[in-house]
Amino acid sequence: MPKIHIPTPLRQYAGKQPDIEVKASTIGEALSGLVAQHPDLRRHLYTDEGKLRAFVNVYLNDEDVRYLQKEATAVKDGDSISIVPSIAGGRS
Amino acid sequence: MATITEVTPEAATLSNDEILRYSRHLIMPEVGMEGQLKLKAARVLCIGAGGLGSPLALYLGAAGVGTLGIVDFDVVDYTNLQRQIIHSTADVGRKKLDSAAEKLKAINPFLNIRKFETRLSSDNALELFREFDIIADGTDNFPTRYLVNDACVLTGKPNVYGSIFRFEGQASVFATEEGPCYRCLYPEPPPPGLVPSCAEGGVLGILPGLVGVIQATEAIKLILDKGDALIGRLLLVDALGMKFRELKLRKNPDCPVCSEHPTITKLIDYNEFCGIRGEEKPVETAVPELQVEELKRRLDAGDDLFVLDVREPHEYQICNINGYLIPLGDLPKRVNELDSSREIVAHCRSGARSAKAVDFLRQAGFKKVHNLSGGILAWADRVDPKMPKY
Repeated sequence: MPKIHIPTPLRQYAGKQPDIEVKASTIGEALSGLVAQHPDLRRHLYTDEGKLRAFVNVYLNDEDVRYLQKEATAVKDGDSISIVPSIAGGRS
Repeated sequence: MATITEVTPEAATLSNDEILRYSRHLIMPEVGMEGQLKLKAARVLCIGAGGLGSPLALYLGAAGVGTLGIVDFDVVDYTNLQRQIIHSTADVGRKKLDSAAEKLKAINPFLNIRKFETRLSSDNALELFREFDIIADGTDNFPTRYLVNDACVLTGKPNVYGSIFRFEGQASVFATEEGPCYRCLYPEPPPPGLVPSCAEGGVLGILPGLVGVIQATEAIKLILDKGDALIGRLLLVDALGMKFRELKLRKNPDCPVCSEHPTITKLIDYNEFCGIRGEEKPVETAVPELQVEELKRRLDAGDDLFVLDVREPHEYQICNINGYLIPLGDLPKRVNELDSSREIVAHCRSGARSAKAVDFLRQAGFKKVHNLSGGILAWADRVDPKMPKY
């Protein structure tokens, strides 16, 4: 099964797990499987209209899915999916 | 890539003292005299003298970057010392700018340090950036991140980027001629409140060290024009797993600022862009409040008050007032543990989370529920000075 890497800021909404395996054949299925398992994640990943939020980037292995087939991008066993939200910390 | 630094005549030689100081650079073919002179001629602007800015400025200064600019308007406080290693305990209360400049001068008296005691803004960023070769972004908020990025694109200065949260960091080099910018990666900021800040989320003290040193490394490589810069790559640092991963970044052909047909051609209002409208009223004013003195008086009088602590268990271990602990995030599923007929006083660290808890409980039908104004910090300040603050 493909594995989704959950970034630190979102782990609190995903049962504090760093990685979650989901059964899926596309990026879209993987993400909907993820929010089905962890409903609290939904509002952090999707807008009210059900679109992926603009500040949440999704990578299949090391490629941005925006430059692949977006949510229709095929995934297979052993693939690693990363959710990479923007973080701002540093100065204070 | 085009050479970033022009070696000016005044920086064209090293004194014997400088030659000795930089000898471990000079005997390396990748730096050598040529590289060291480039470093001396280079001008790097550090935005922020905090977590990332500390190691960044210290290493750049030690390495012999000739001109170091620092933009900061903050004052050193005790909670900074766990990670902001350029400041020491004796500096608490001093301007970060003065404290940082003093340490840098002590490490390397040959440095030209330029202090800018100001908040970087759309009014001053372009003018400021034009006087430097490289901008190193060590800020802690989204409006400034976008401002730094856009000003770098508009002035053609590389943006050596680093960002941290808890034990995870990101680093990259944005806004070079051939590479993507921060907006190619994140066209829009998250809405306020959706992403916690370091003050709310905490940060492992060594993490800005790791990420800031990566930024310093990239700045020095850009100046030397050596190695593979972190352009078009986002480095993800996971300090807990001690894993470094790398993601490919592409220049977005529709990027609003760095594409062929930009829609943003001058600096904008970044607070507005990030959805921050002036000083928002704290949410806790919207819910019924109780002052700490009043709570103390009523507890001492033996009133039937139920004190609800909505912080996390690890915060409860730091200090508590014997409240019943239900972390805010668990409240919806544990609300049945509360008795709505009793008078409830909710508190957290400073009053923001408990205001949300009070709001939630009122919507759930609780009638007698108050928010402890100022949280346990106010209790420590005004009721029990022996209680630790965090």
